[in-house]
Amino acid sequence: MSVEIRVASIDPIRQTFARTSRRFGADKPASRYQEASFDLQPRDNFHYRPVWDPQRDIYDRRRTAIEMRDWDDFRDPRQYYYATYVLNRARMQEAAEKSFEFVDKHGLMATLRAEQVRDIETLLLPLRHLEWAANLNNCFVTAYCFGSSMAQGAMYATTDRLGIAQYLSRIGLLLDGNSGQSLTDAKARWLGDPAWQPLRRLAERCLVQKDWFELFVAQNLVLDSLVHPLLYAPFHSGVGDAGGAYLAMLTEFIKDWSADNQKWVDACLKIAAAESPANRARLSAWAAEWKGLALDALAPLAHCAAHLDGPARLESAARALDQRIAKLGFDAA
Amino acid sequence: MNTQDTRRPAGKKLSLKEKYALMTRGLGWDTSYEPMDKAFDQLGLEGIKIHDWDKWEDPFRLTMDAYWKYQAEKERKLYAVLDAFQQNNGHLNISDARYVNTLKLFFTGITPAEYNAHRLFAMLGRQFPGPGAAIACQMQAVDELRHVQTQIHSISQYNKYFNGLHDHTVMNDRLWYLSVPKSFFEDAISSGPFEQIIAISFALEYLLTNLVFMPFMSGAAYNGDMATVTFGFSSQSDEARHMTLGLECIKFVLEQDPGNAAIIQRYLDKWFWRGYKVLGLVSMMLDYMLPKKVMSWKEAWEIYFVQNGGSLFNDLSRYGLRMPKYWEQSVAEAEHLSHQTWNAFYNFSGAAAFHVWLPSDEDMAWLAEKYPNTFDQHYRPRIEHYRKLQAEGKRYYNPSLPMLCQTCQTPLIFTEMDDPTRTSHRQLEHDGDTYHFCSDGCRDIFAGQPDKYVSAWLPAHQILQGNCVEPGAEAAGDPGADALRYFHVVAGQDNLDYEGSPDEANWLRWKGLDKTPPAAAA
Repeated sequence: MSVEIRVASIDPIRQTFARTSRRFGADKPASRYQEASFDLQPRDNFHYRPVWDPQRDIYDRRRTAIEMRDWDDFRDPRQYYYATYVLNRARMQEAAEKSFEFVDKHGLMATLRAEQVRDIETLLLPLRHLEWAANLNNCFVTAYCFGSSMAQGAMYATTDRLGIAQYLSRIGLLLDGNSGQSLTDAKARWLGDPAWQPLRRLAERCLVQKDWFELFVAQNLVLDSLVHPLLYAPFHSGVGDAGGAYLAMLTEFIKDWSADNQKWVDACLKIAAAESPANRARLSAWAAEWKGLALDALAPLAHCAAHLDGPARLESAARALDQRIAKLGFDAA
Repeated sequence: MNTQDTRRPAGKKLSLKEKYALMTRGLGWDTSYEPMDKAFDQLGLEGIKIHDWDKWEDPFRLTMDAYWKYQAEKERKLYAVLDAFQQNNGHLNISDARYVNTLKLFFTGITPAEYNAHRLFAMLGRQFPGPGAAIACQMQAVDELRHVQTQIHSISQYNKYFNGLHDHTVMNDRLWYLSVPKSFFEDAISSGPFEQIIAISFALEYLLTNLVFMPFMSGAAYNGDMATVTFGFSSQSDEARHMTLGLECIKFVLEQDPGNAAIIQRYLDKWFWRGYKVLGLVSMMLDYMLPKKVMSWKEAWEIYFVQNGGSLFNDLSRYGLRMPKYWEQSVAEAEHLSHQTWNAFYNFSGAAAFHVWLPSDEDMAWLAEKYPNTFDQHYRPRIEHYRKLQAEGKRYYNPSLPMLCQTCQTPLIFTEMDDPTRTSHRQLEHDGDTYHFCSDGCRDIFAGQPDKYVSAWLPAHQILQGNCVEPGAEAAGDPGADALRYFHVVAGQDNLDYEGSPDEANWLRWKGLDKTPPAAAA
């Protein structure tokens, strides 16, 4: 049996904000995601030209070669706004925290084989600097893109990448007994190890890139699609011995994050590609160029990871990237 | 290359500071395949010299995992209250429907500014080459997005029941008086990175936050607005972080190079005055718009600027900084600011997206007590005169368009402080044109960057030039009516007096106070 509390009901005079009605229709209540995400960026009557880009407005469509009739069309399939974003990541971090505590409490890093330790040191820890570049690249998109829905997704990607860099750091600290030595060594590799230099060169090339959508393609589509299968995935599988399982626990956040982030990245690219043949041509050219650069940059690391099937992983990642791009409506052949 | 096994049996305990440094500070590197000044290419725009980014002291040490955890906890609580507020028609519990007009001012004036702050801090998060500084800015960037969205969700319920809140973003871009906060934030965001952070983090967050945030949130608390005050409490710890960022930033820049102090002083002079001019809107909110008053503008300015700001500048005097130029004038003006501002909105209420009213006898007694030197002498007689006109059915409206200050964009509604019968008006010639200003402070700011300020989009000029016509709509030929439509202000609904407004009629009906007899059947 059910009981019903009687409440006074008062008819509202409108269902939602005008900008939300214009986009989603006036006759039904809007979701919190809809009210919080779209058409928030100033559009008209800019007072001053920015000293850092005097040819353009403060917010300007011309900071990329991609053209959209409606720049707020980038809907996030995850429907993240700040509250749902932090609630989701808080759940993920709670699981990660338990894994780190478990490994720490039982001294499980000490059970890793010497080869596993070397893999962490030579293949995993230097990635914290690549994640820092990924953080800066997404921060660039947040700052200079056009439209509040794109900026919002990129903002969360920015803080996510910082979080991942910090989780990698914690793996290092577990390994070196909190001395920080493993992180110092990893930075030395990033800065000086010949196997890492082509990737660092590519990361720096991203940092001087000015077309924010090209940067989005380079970082969030191409680099991530290749780096994750090549360098993170070997730690996710958890097969073999117990040590492998511990590493899978410590990198689970990164794996889950990658699947989650990919939904947003693919949605953005699909929408931009569906807009016009000119966009498709532009996205194809960028994807092809950055894929070529990234495959070259990752080849020496694939070679270093030969005992983990590095070259085969990179090859299959490249094929998977082509298939993904085809699904998104353009091509990188 | 060190390839030896770095494992150690037992981890030593790390202090929060050490752990944060290890997890964060080492992430960045000096680029060598591309020049640093190409990867971080805005740092040379202003002449500020930074020699060592590692000297940056982290103003707070929040790793992302802790940030997600704390913020999620705050969001859980906030949204539980918002859900309850909506479920139980919480908007009926406010002191009076007049109160909602302060929300209209806040939502159309401040919330869009928070959006600009979100993007501005993302710019800084990308432009500062030291990870410590960059990360602090990135966290503020995502916090500001939080504030935009939680304000939208708090006010969403009010928008369903009251007018004037429905189109806040378009109004902020177009509506005449909102060009005051809009031009303030666009002035900041269009500057170089150090001026950006001094403008917002220091001048706004540190020096003036208590004068925007405190009045609105306390006003909500005093007037039974559960949704807004809960948002206020929920964002307090974010604001505290933002204030420490402002102070750390200014100390860092000053300690990096002795030559920086002169540039920083120039920024502080400019941004103090720019910020102060935006606060005119807050002054009238405190003194005239809150049904239950918190404190007077004069008291707020005395506590939060003269005392708190004064002791802060005492601290900073060791770097050679002094109080911002014209601060004494702001203290003298505190006697007049709210009265003159409210008067302007009473005059121009036909073109505003909120309602106005004349103060009651009780309100005037409060104003006389708070402003013993000015209210009865100058402002009570005017209000009584307006009352008399209203009683005679001759409610006064100013039919003209006001002259706007080229810098702060406030209409020239203020008087000389030593003569309240004379309008304060300054002029300057530049490239053969004459520009007009409300004050010496605004004239000086213009003189410092004339090429920037000549491009300002002045609403009064734009209306007269016929540029304020809704895109795609046919011009009605009446510039006033065209401008209202362009502002997305619905005539007869959003504007004019509270008395007789749909807001008032709805409120009386909902509260069971409607005394008008039902219309007779035809």
